Amino acid sequence: MKKELGILILLIGLCVVVAAINPNFLLAINLQNLARQIGAFGIFSIGLGLVIITGGIELSVGSMMALLGVLMSMMLTEWKLGVIIAVLACAGIAMFLSFIHGLLITRVNMQPFIVTLCGLLFYRGLARFITKDETKGFGTVGGLDFLRFLANGNLFGIPMPFVLLIVISIVTWIVLHRSVYGRYLFATGRNPEAARYAGINTRWVITIAYVISGALTAISGIIFAFYTNSVSPANHGNAYELYGIAAAVLGGCSLRGGEGSVVGIIIGAALLQVLRNLVNLLGIPSSLDFAVMGAVILLGVMADQVLSERRNRRQTVLIRESARAGMRAPKCIRHGSFRRPRVRTAFGSGRLISEVD
Amino acid sequence: MPNPILEMSDISKRFPGVIALEHVNLDIYPNEVVALIGENGAGKSTLMKILGGVIQRDVGTIRLDGEQIEIHSPSEASRRRIEFIHQELSVLDNLDVAANIFLHREPTKGGWLKLIDRGRLYREADGLLAKLGLDVSSRTPLAKLSLAQQQLVEIARAISAGARILIMDEPTSSLTLTETRRLLDIVRDLKAHEVSIIYISHRLHEVEAIADRVVVLRDGRNVGALSRGEISHDRVVRMMVGRDLKDFFKSGNGNGSNSPDRDWFSVRNLHTLRYPNTAVSFSVGRGEVLGLSGLVGAGRSEVARAIFGIDATEAEVTLGGQNLQISAPRDAIRQGIYLVPEDRRLCGLIVDFNVRENISLPGMDRYSTAGLISSAKETAAARRACETINIKTPSPEMKAANLSGGNQQKVVLSKWLALSPKVLIFDEPTRGIDVGAKSEIYALIRKLADEGVSVIAISSEMEEVLGISDRIAVMHEGRISGILERPQFSEEAVMRLATGSTS
Repeated sequence: MKKELGILILLIGLCVVVAAINPNFLLAINLQNLARQIGAFGIFSIGLGLVIITGGIELSVGSMMALLGVLMSMMLTEWKLGVIIAVLACAGIAMFLSFIHGLLITRVNMQPFIVTLCGLLFYRGLARFITKDETKGFGTVGGLDFLRFLANGNLFGIPMPFVLLIVISIVTWIVLHRSVYGRYLFATGRNPEAARYAGINTRWVITIAYVISGALTAISGIIFAFYTNSVSPANHGNAYELYGIAAAVLGGCSLRGGEGSVVGIIIGAALLQVLRNLVNLLGIPSSLDFAVMGAVILLGVMADQVLSERRNRRQTVLIRESARAGMRAPKCIRHGSFRRPRVRTAFGSGRLISEVD
Repeated sequence: MPNPILEMSDISKRFPGVIALEHVNLDIYPNEVVALIGENGAGKSTLMKILGGVIQRDVGTIRLDGEQIEIHSPSEASRRRIEFIHQELSVLDNLDVAANIFLHREPTKGGWLKLIDRGRLYREADGLLAKLGLDVSSRTPLAKLSLAQQQLVEIARAISAGARILIMDEPTSSLTLTETRRLLDIVRDLKAHEVSIIYISHRLHEVEAIADRVVVLRDGRNVGALSRGEISHDRVVRMMVGRDLKDFFKSGNGNGSNSPDRDWFSVRNLHTLRYPNTAVSFSVGRGEVLGLSGLVGAGRSEVARAIFGIDATEAEVTLGGQNLQISAPRDAIRQGIYLVPEDRRLCGLIVDFNVRENISLPGMDRYSTAGLISSAKETAAARRACETINIKTPSPEMKAANLSGGNQQKVVLSKWLALSPKVLIFDEPTRGIDVGAKSEIYALIRKLADEGVSVIAISSEMEEVLGISDRIAVMHEGRISGILERPQFSEEAVMRLATGSTS
């Protein structure tokens, strides 16, 4: 909880500062808009967070959204499929593609970075090819009211994407922090070898994380498609995966795997959107928005690193004291290193995953 | 006799809780091959690490050419022309042969860019390879060489660095017979070229073949030396093991050896990944403790990994007459076959998980309903485990990383005890554990056997194996070289089988 607390304080502090400088921040319309963005970005960020907890990474999110967006449009306007079928097809495609990512990673032992980088390139190209690089919209097709409501509507004044985010967070919170699958996910991400020795089917655990990420990407993708109401295959969702990764990392997920929480990811996603909002409201040139984000993420993660090292040192002292009081201090501490062995990172897991069953 | 070039005298070294070396002396004369031998854990490696600058001694003096010296680091050892060829090769397999030989000593063309003089690099490397009779180009990527060839590359590196004392730690442990013969020729040749060699090996026939002198360590002390004419297999074995068994295993042996169904758990034609060409077969009775002994690298852990389904290998495994198909650990676990692995911190535990989470991990379905975990059930199980096998932790919420080795091992055990084991395999059950916890674990192993569990205990500690086993299977180079019954138990008998002696 300590990790989330730090970034929560950062988020609140930032909001207070922005509100003090420009009171427009607190206007209902601005807050609503902000919440809508947080919702849309937060949903797929949770999926990415799960993947990062396995020790993997998912870079194809933005491209996949572009592909789903244009397919959605084509299914509805050109192929005249029903709304429900189109939605199910989108979700199915996203989950299927993510399932393939999972198989390539766990069965062919490819590195997650490579697999999903190829996905990033491939889906973008596919989206542009099937649309002949034309922007797609939804025209005058009827029966889309509900989907438009999901993207643009409000429930008791709360934007629907935010409502969806809350619902999805509760479900994923339970899955991650209270279910057997969640426990296996953390175990596999932290130490795949020991997880396997405990009889966990680590290949499945990892693959399922990618499939969940695909499903959440589909939900976010549909929201974005109806939010922008037109999908440009070349630009739609560009760099969105980076927002997700940044949110997860800010929220306490370690790229080494085995660490992270749903609450943290949501706060991370919210922080990123507040930063974008801040650039607007404070009259900072919008060309600087990425720079501002980069700087804040860097500082946030750096502060967390420094603080957690200090915490470790303090813990070491505590354990030394308890040792003096009669308990044996652990070996790693007696030898002065409190680091767990770095088993695996998102970018270099090929060999170790090959030993994963 | 000429003066020794190296005199290590009165060397002592303690590690927390263990005396690794006590007043050990070792002299090396010019042009001499000294075999340093002893059981696993006798202190050979510690002594050599001190000489190689890897670790520092607590007490004692080291003299080189009569001058007292300190060796603070491996590079300092290297500067004093002492080179160490480790058992685990330390070559970089992403580079080519020449780059490995001259790593950190690359010939340069001078100038501030320090460009590598590639012509000279490959010329000199090729010359060295020719001298060692290694018939490959120095431009070959190291990854393409066999283990034996890689080892020669290491030797080439040591020679090119101008070694006058060469330490070889188990150089033949992964070589074939012909490769071994070739290596021994090279050792003789080096000796003729003013290099003294300290040769650590478990393989006594090699020692007989090349050593000018044998120095035997036991329990961190010198127990004697034999000169060329005195070296014989039996004599060396006796020196290695000659000690009294301590009064450690009060629990005594159980009724296992009289058990009617000795084939309760049987393994037939198991081929390990390390030794794919030899088949291992053995069986363990219900309530029997089968010790699995042998020297490091004999393939014991590989057998355990294969049975537990970690390594994909073929074996016919039956439990209570029923054939089992085990292709992953979860298959073994489903059958009640569990492994307490050698590397606790990497394979046995998730050290960042707390005690409760570690204990419940393999049996989650017992602690959950409809996929949701009941922490109350988990905590209850963890508390029960802490009480029954006396895990010393302030609470089940303590991170496993913060426990002592003995308590960590008990956590690993608790995982399996909660799941009613039928077969329990221990790989080095007491490695890195203090004496008190050791005897608790021995008592526990015996208790499990008395309750009808078939136990396989892999151990490199002679006392341990003799103390806890009802029968001992001894492995040598991937095969079982013999199975001893209780009346035949002796350190000599085990050591004879472990070193591959056929007599």
